[in-house]
Amino acid sequence: MKSAPFEYHAPSSLSDVVSLLAELGDEAKPLAGGQSLIPLLAMRLTRFEHLIDVTGVAELQGIERVNGHVRVGAAVRQSTAEHDATVAAAVPLLARALPHIGHFQIRNRGTVGGSTAHADPSSELPAVALALDAELEVAGPSGARVVGAEHFFQGTWMTALEPDEVLVAIRYPIWSRAGYGFRELARRHGDFAIAGVACAVSLGNNGNVERAAISMFGMGSTPLRGRAAEEALVGEHPGKVDVDSIAEAAVAEMEPTDDIHAPAWYRKRAGARLVTLALTEALEEAGRVDA
Amino acid sequence: MHELEMTVNGESVRASVEPRTTLADFLRDDCGLTGTHLACEHGVCGACTILVDGAAVRSCLMLAVQARGADVTTIEGLSPADGSLNVVQEAFAACHGLQCGFCTPGFVVSVTAFLDQNPSPTDDEIVEGLSGNLCRCTGYQGIVKAVRQAAQANAGNN
Repeated sequence: MKSAPFEYHAPSSLSDVVSLLAELGDEAKPLAGGQSLIPLLAMRLTRFEHLIDVTGVAELQGIERVNGHVRVGAAVRQSTAEHDATVAAAVPLLARALPHIGHFQIRNRGTVGGSTAHADPSSELPAVALALDAELEVAGPSGARVVGAEHFFQGTWMTALEPDEVLVAIRYPIWSRAGYGFRELARRHGDFAIAGVACAVSLGNNGNVERAAISMFGMGSTPLRGRAAEEALVGEHPGKVDVDSIAEAAVAEMEPTDDIHAPAWYRKRAGARLVTLALTEALEEAGRVDA
Repeated sequence: MHELEMTVNGESVRASVEPRTTLADFLRDDCGLTGTHLACEHGVCGACTILVDGAAVRSCLMLAVQARGADVTTIEGLSPADGSLNVVQEAFAACHGLQCGFCTPGFVVSVTAFLDQNPSPTDDEIVEGLSGNLCRCTGYQGIVKAVRQAAQANAGNN
């Protein structure tokens, strides 16, 4: 369980990260908390000639509330975001998802951006970004660009990031008059989830659902939104939703596969129950916030 | 090779390491601190848990070069200098919180950090706090009991 040799770089500015990536191309990989990358290297499932440690880069740090969203630097530790007052107040869905990641020892090192960019199909943070319609700030040799979460996650461990690009920050929109729910099923706390869901609902002036997100993970090669189920929710009164049929509609859109942890039918059945629980919580919370 | 400097158990350490050297291997092989145990070496078992700037982390998932300038505490640094046991270690011994002892250093470090954050945990919180460490001998009941006893002992000392 020892990694193959590599060269280690610890640049202190984003421009240095970008020039290193431009120079080294796909022989280099950004290293943040290392809680996924280091095991992959140790088991020799992957190999890079160069690792670029981005945790010392100021541009990738900080949590701030700006223009209707909360911007979380990609290298912010998961434990920092988990206990951050701004995140708790303005992006409760993120605050509720974070404790499900690994164990506290993992979250002390793991970063918000690292887990998001790693894009494991059964991980929590990609589903949260997709649920809230987050925007991902990316930097590369041709400059900075912003990618919407719906275009960012492209497959198992695959994202819109080019090999010479790095994730800089994630902007989580602050939903108004909103309620949230987060549920996952794992064999033991801290294990990768068999299935999970991040729900958000926002009420309009008439008190009915105006915007809804049902974002599932473990149900395909990327996190997936139950778009038809969401559309069925819009216009409904939060106290009068047939949550069970919405949940059925949500999982009907998913295409989970069989694997060693669970067959596809089980993921759909458990997933529907998780949607029921999370959506009920979100609707009740939105109703309370609105009252 | 990279030159680095860090504080380990209160003492300044300077060394030259290969980038791929994990912090766990550095502590064991270069510093001779073999109390930090290695089992899975990919972040699952928790045996190699240490404190970095006061936070519990898995030392097999951190490179030594990433600990440049850090304040590192291993199991050796948690016991009193006279060789006696600290409160958590005493509780593990009294409550049968260990049998073979291989996982124990990781548990003791994790529990120390856990009780630091949460001095009077509920049983559910204890179980969740222990979920990042694996023990193949005890069946965990003695360990949960030990955490309860250590929390009470800490409360009595304050």
